[in-house]
Amino acid sequence: MKQIAGWALDVCHANGVQYAEIRIVDDRQRALSTKNGKVGYVSDSESLGAGIRVLANGAWGFAATEDLTREGVEITAGRALEIARSSARVKQEDVRLAPEKAYVDEWASPCRIDPFSTSVEENIHLLLKIDAELRIVQGITLAETNLNFRRYEQWFYNTDGSDIHQTKTTVGAGYAAYAFSGSEIMKRSYPNSFGGQWQDKGYELIEELKLVENARRIAEEAVALHKADQCPAGNFDIILDSSQLGLQIHESIGHPIELDRVLGMEANFAGMSFLTIDKLRKLKYGSEIVNVVADATEAHGPGLGTFKYDDEGVPAQCTPVINNGLFTGYLSSRETAHTIGLDRSGGTMRADGWNRIPMIRMTNISILPGAKPLTLDQLIASTDYGIFFQTNRSWSIDDKRYNFQFGTEIGWEIKAGKLGRMLKNPSYSGITTEFWNSMDAICSRDEWTLWGTPNCGKGQPQQVMGTGHGASPARFKRVKVGTAYKA
Amino acid sequence: MLTKDKAQSIFARVLKFSSADETELLISGGRSALTRFANNAITQNVAEENYTLSVRVNVNGRTARATTNKFDDESIRRVVEAATNLAKVQAPDPDLLPMADASAFDGKGPAPARNFFETSTMGPQERADAVEKIVQVAHKQKLTTAGIYSTSESVDAILNSSGLVAYYTQTSAECSITMLAPDSSGWQKANSPDARNFDPVQLAEIAAQKAKASAGPQDLAPGKYTVILEPAAVLDLLGFIFWDWGGQAILDERSFLNNRVGTKLFGENISISDDVYHPLQSGAPFDGEGVRRQRVLLVEKGVVSNLVYARGTAEKVRKSEFADKVGPVRATGHGFPIPNEIGEMPMNIVLYSGVAGKSRTVDEMIGGTDEGILVTRLWYIREVDPYEKILTGMTRDGTFLVKDGQIRGGIRNFRFNQSMVALLNNVLEMGEPVRASGEESFDMVVPAMKIRDFNFTEVTKF
Repeated sequence: MKQIAGWALDVCHANGVQYAEIRIVDDRQRALSTKNGKVGYVSDSESLGAGIRVLANGAWGFAATEDLTREGVEITAGRALEIARSSARVKQEDVRLAPEKAYVDEWASPCRIDPFSTSVEENIHLLLKIDAELRIVQGITLAETNLNFRRYEQWFYNTDGSDIHQTKTTVGAGYAAYAFSGSEIMKRSYPNSFGGQWQDKGYELIEELKLVENARRIAEEAVALHKADQCPAGNFDIILDSSQLGLQIHESIGHPIELDRVLGMEANFAGMSFLTIDKLRKLKYGSEIVNVVADATEAHGPGLGTFKYDDEGVPAQCTPVINNGLFTGYLSSRETAHTIGLDRSGGTMRADGWNRIPMIRMTNISILPGAKPLTLDQLIASTDYGIFFQTNRSWSIDDKRYNFQFGTEIGWEIKAGKLGRMLKNPSYSGITTEFWNSMDAICSRDEWTLWGTPNCGKGQPQQVMGTGHGASPARFKRVKVGTAYKA
Repeated sequence: MLTKDKAQSIFARVLKFSSADETELLISGGRSALTRFANNAITQNVAEENYTLSVRVNVNGRTARATTNKFDDESIRRVVEAATNLAKVQAPDPDLLPMADASAFDGKGPAPARNFFETSTMGPQERADAVEKIVQVAHKQKLTTAGIYSTSESVDAILNSSGLVAYYTQTSAECSITMLAPDSSGWQKANSPDARNFDPVQLAEIAAQKAKASAGPQDLAPGKYTVILEPAAVLDLLGFIFWDWGGQAILDERSFLNNRVGTKLFGENISISDDVYHPLQSGAPFDGEGVRRQRVLLVEKGVVSNLVYARGTAEKVRKSEFADKVGPVRATGHGFPIPNEIGEMPMNIVLYSGVAGKSRTVDEMIGGTDEGILVTRLWYIREVDPYEKILTGMTRDGTFLVKDGQIRGGIRNFRFNQSMVALLNNVLEMGEPVRASGEESFDMVVPAMKIRDFNFTEVTKF
């Protein structure tokens, strides 16, 4: 790989570029699924190629190729250079990169059981066992399961002298049970919706998730939702389970703190952010107990946003984003660091493959658990009246990240400190800062889960990235509930 | 560009390594380039060339797929072996059909020509020229612009051991422009196989005009309003209903059309076809199995008349309890590559403009509106209810109050929660269908629409 990188960087050196980097990526994936007792999808895929990013004449160029011969790599480097020079024709100012040291290092995400060492027969057997448990429940009309493995190996070299080899192993699994009856389709998912739980771990994740053990309960809940009452509309105290709080963080904290979005670079597609630079260290984002970090370090856990170096060779860091309610930090890059007075990137540049340019992405954006011991049962017990929301069903937020609306698969009424009747079609909505300032309780570490969101879309051409979100259940006061279903 | 001859020679190498009962090769990829700009400058500028070879094998009634982007003999041998090994460990699938033979796509039908030299040869300098002109419009209007200009040349090929050879290549050009003012914005987007079919400067000028006209947005209370949706907003909403339009969705009982095929579900003025051969459409004239796509009338005067089917789905539906509840059942050439869970869907939508001779321009719709909202674009649309097809989302980049037949300035953006079933019963007027491009769904040929009682539930802060 070093030789391939040398071909590219030699072309760049010879042409006097300001900076260049090459990422060579070998990406292997396995995807399996079942549907109603049959194997739905079985596939293996691999993709190998190189992306070359060049800074010349104060502007960026990027070209990617699957052709890793000397000729292919040199042509691609030349193309990246030509593109950079074209970019320079339409610029307002030269790109300024924050300095960064050169690193020579090797890292692999912790993985106890290599998922690719497990047999496909074993994988299918597990999924069909879950499927059988789901469909044993009368009223289930569709059962779907999925299991996904990925090994993402990257070699990074740049003109500063970095030589970094990283390997990430990712495992994801989940299932959903649907019940169609009359004029309603009800659905329950486990451990989370839209693909389940994903972490940078080995097959040991599958053993931890207790997939089979929860299947029958989930199917029974899907059927029971048909007899459940409609979630009432009004302003109520609400408790979000940790997976829904994870998505709430993703949409209403994770995206607004992306500095490229704040600076208008995403204005045409993903949108901008209400979190303008003047709000840094001034805005009261949330209540006193809201503490959020952007933490890509291994110490944070096996999140989809964990790495040792980002995709422009900057070491992983933990950035305080909200400290006791005060907004304290953005996600930044070498190019954007200076706009907020930093002399170094926050290390959040990531690309979803060899053929895509790195951009500012969420790492692990997590809310820290409450300092005092508090279980979910105790949180419910301390709530007079409220709604408990479980497992996301729909999500939407405006392009500056103020107004959001979420629906969950199931809700439960809380009365006098006890979980009461099941509620169907629960939804809630609000304005980001008002919502986070209404948080009055959060459960402690024992209830904290580091969730994986494998499908975060951003950029043009669009890139799909995995992000991590640690959360424990939390309570919010007087939130608007039920607008989605008001005729 | 990967030619048909090259595709055939790769397939010959695939066959050499395969001992499966049947073998299929799907090739997709091509060259693409995209120039991205923001803050009146080019911020990203990328190009790539990549092809994937995806091999499917059938072994004793089992099927599986493996994919690579490497073309050497060893990689091809490994991908065939991987697909074969994945197939062998499964139980036989009684519903698995033999692969389509050469008659499925025999080259006798229409072959829309959508590969344009002027688009395929466009380089970074020409894209920079276009962006420079867009930025000039922004400077002239004292606005800030962001957007993309992209071009591509792509290949889709399917070859199998039953003699099927389907190959298609096309070009695509796309330009999306946002113009930003201090408290407002405007947007325009166009996409075509031929870059000469749209003018980036004209798009920039319309986006700029919208940004300026929506400055100082007023607060309007949420509620039910008459709306005029521009074509991009129409397609971004409607895209969500077509995932339910295949036979497999009916078999899975996840479709809002379960128990509704053959009924008059929408207004009399709604007729929709899937037609890859329409002059404003794009895409290959064959599906993921290499079967020729057919024109299918999906909705006729409000009645859900036909679903689309992959070959295997059509067989399954014929044998199912749904056989006599879903209208004509036949393979229509809308399947995704096998194996997959979705089955099929129509992706070349053409929505006709209501009653012939009664189409209205957007200006005419505005002129005939006492009070309403003009919507340029929608954003972050998600499904809230799968059977009533309630969708939520936001307006964006140019939302205007219409009063007494005139635009009366911009308004703050709304959140909506709107049933698509209800919406397609409330269409008052339509324009001429145009090729439209949004961000939430695939490109379609749709008209602007004037719709009553559109349900805005909340208002945001800008």
